[in-house]
Amino acid sequence: MFDIERWQEIFETLRKNKLQTFLTGLSVASGIFILVILLGFSSGIQNGVKSQFERDATNKISIWAGRTTKGYKGLNPGRRIQLKNQDFNKLSNDYADFLEYESANYMIWRALVNYGKESNNYRVWGSLPDYQFIENSDIGEGRFINESDLNNSSKVAVIGNKIKQDLFKGEDPIGKHVSIYGINFKVIGVYYDPGGEDEESQIYIPLTTAQKSFNGADRINNMSYTVKMPQNFDKGVELSQNITLAIEDQLKQMHTVAPNDIGAIRVNNNLEEAQKIFSLVDVIKLIFWFVGIGTIIAGVVGVGNIMLIIVKERTKEIGIRKALGAVPLSIVGMILQEAIFVTMFSGMFGLILGLGLLEVIGPLVKNDFIKYPQVDFNTALTTVFILVIAGAFAGFFPAYRAAKIKPIVALRDE
Amino acid sequence: MIQIKDLHKSYHMGSNSLHVLKGINFNVKEGEMVSIMGSSGSGKSTLLNIIGILDEADSGSYVLDGVPIKNLNEKVAANYRNKFLGFIFQSFNLINYKSALDNVAMPLYYQGIKRKERIEKAEYYLEKVGLTPWLNHLPSELSGGQKQRVAIARALASNPKVLLADEPTGALDSKTSQEVMELIQGINDEGKTILMVTHEHDIAQMTKRIVHLKDGVIIDDSPVQQVRASVYV
Ligand SMILES: Nc1ncnc2c1ncn2[C@@H]1O[C@H](COP(=O)(O)OP(=O)(O)O)[C@@H](O)[C@H]1O
Ligand SMILES: [Mg+2]
Repeated sequence: MFDIERWQEIFETLRKNKLQTFLTGLSVASGIFILVILLGFSSGIQNGVKSQFERDATNKISIWAGRTTKGYKGLNPGRRIQLKNQDFNKLSNDYADFLEYESANYMIWRALVNYGKESNNYRVWGSLPDYQFIENSDIGEGRFINESDLNNSSKVAVIGNKIKQDLFKGEDPIGKHVSIYGINFKVIGVYYDPGGEDEESQIYIPLTTAQKSFNGADRINNMSYTVKMPQNFDKGVELSQNITLAIEDQLKQMHTVAPNDIGAIRVNNNLEEAQKIFSLVDVIKLIFWFVGIGTIIAGVVGVGNIMLIIVKERTKEIGIRKALGAVPLSIVGMILQEAIFVTMFSGMFGLILGLGLLEVIGPLVKNDFIKYPQVDFNTALTTVFILVIAGAFAGFFPAYRAAKIKPIVALRDE
Repeated sequence: MIQIKDLHKSYHMGSNSLHVLKGINFNVKEGEMVSIMGSSGSGKSTLLNIIGILDEADSGSYVLDGVPIKNLNEKVAANYRNKFLGFIFQSFNLINYKSALDNVAMPLYYQGIKRKERIEKAEYYLEKVGLTPWLNHLPSELSGGQKQRVAIARALASNPKVLLADEPTGALDSKTSQEVMELIQGINDEGKTILMVTHEHDIAQMTKRIVHLKDGVIIDDSPVQQVRASVYV
């Protein structure tokens, strides 16, 4: 391997066989290039999907009610199911052991909000203090709603960063008043949400205030919880699935809804969704590796083929070398080292080209589901390892063939 | 130097087989210069290849410098070729992408000699064959006679016991043939054992002994009065 004479020999033969060397290199380089790009994008997809789930806490369970679609116990279909404070209190109480954060929400879908001359329609949530954590929002300035706001039904509001930009135009909103349908609320905080602009265009006020000020009485639109997560992700998924089912059953009984009515009570489970998508991402990753490895195998077969042709073309030379005293091992070593060198060199070229391309286009990719496509160090190392193996494979059969040729047969070759 | 007893060799092609050597017996002593003659297809090359350990006989015995050559594995065979034998071929068999110097240095590479020493030796032998100005030329830039002289320098480089030449002048015109033969005679004058295959009578006359091959056996083996090669014919 470290015989300098051998290297001189190899460089000489490669220089004299430029076309074959180039073709060999091209097939390996493109194989590795494609693998790197595929791996980059599979990690990009992974990052993208992860960031989609950053919108809300992954272990969130969200409960909505609608109209019944089936008749049940003498009640007609089309009946509207209304969630109330007592539903929330009952569930919170029954499942206290398993729940982490909890919030009942009363919501105004589109409320007219003014600040000075600026006005716009935003969604307003009457919520509990925990909702900040369920929504995964960051309080950038000021604070979120707290217990005493709730107890006093204070007219305070936490606005999203987008609203701050729309209505306040760079002014500091904390302590200023916005009016919601003509009722003044003091801004106590601004929040940011990794989920993006939509998630930052909402206003949170205390649930009690919302119900009193906007005609809500004891009605709520939504209940949200997060599940206490055990260490094991799969256990967590199982637990939250069980809780989801139990809550759904219980609510259906409480509101006399048919067990198989999927419209009246809907319980969404983020974790289950997350697991589905994550396993889909795993499948995508697997497919990409599969395609990439396939490409490399094609490259290796190509290299092997070209090496075979080279060996065939150099049969006479091999005969001459044998006549001059070359032992089979030195012929094998020469061919094998040549193959490994060519695959390594061109593979590295493909690797660097691929990494370079990812580096350049990575930041330009503006898609919610593909973010920061890149290949990490370990993956790059793995591909290099694959390269060496591939080179050895590609060289083995031609080398074996070359070593087996009888000198007299090789010399007769024209 | 060479002892051959009852050597047989057949070629098999499918169900046909061709019995080429049918019991060859002859010895070559150190310092001899022998030519093997015979018509085309009489088995001259076959015999020389067996002597050169490039091929193997089916039966009979062959002893080279006291070493029985039989059932050698390819590694040992390669070492013996390198140590005992120098080859000169009709078609030169130079490696076309290597310079004259590197071609001549190649057998030394397989002896494990360091590059500096290889180059020195190769330069020495190329000077001996009168090619010092052509050291760095590729074979394609040389004439036929020059190529054969590179091949002779290469055969000498490893200082072998025996020089084997298969129709060394077969691809050369008569003037160049004389030049090459003059060179080979000079090498023999210095004491090197030379075994040469030719089908040309006047070339055979330039050796010291002619072995005549016909129908797979030696029909004549006699010394000759050596005719010196002359560049001025
Ligand atoms: N590898 C081979 N396979 C089959 N037949 C061969 C082979 N080599 C030589 N022969 C045959 O053996 C005979 C002797 O060949 P060769 O030794 O080359 O003769 P010469 O050198 O005297 O012309 C010829 O008839 C030739 O066709
Ligand atoms: Mg012949």
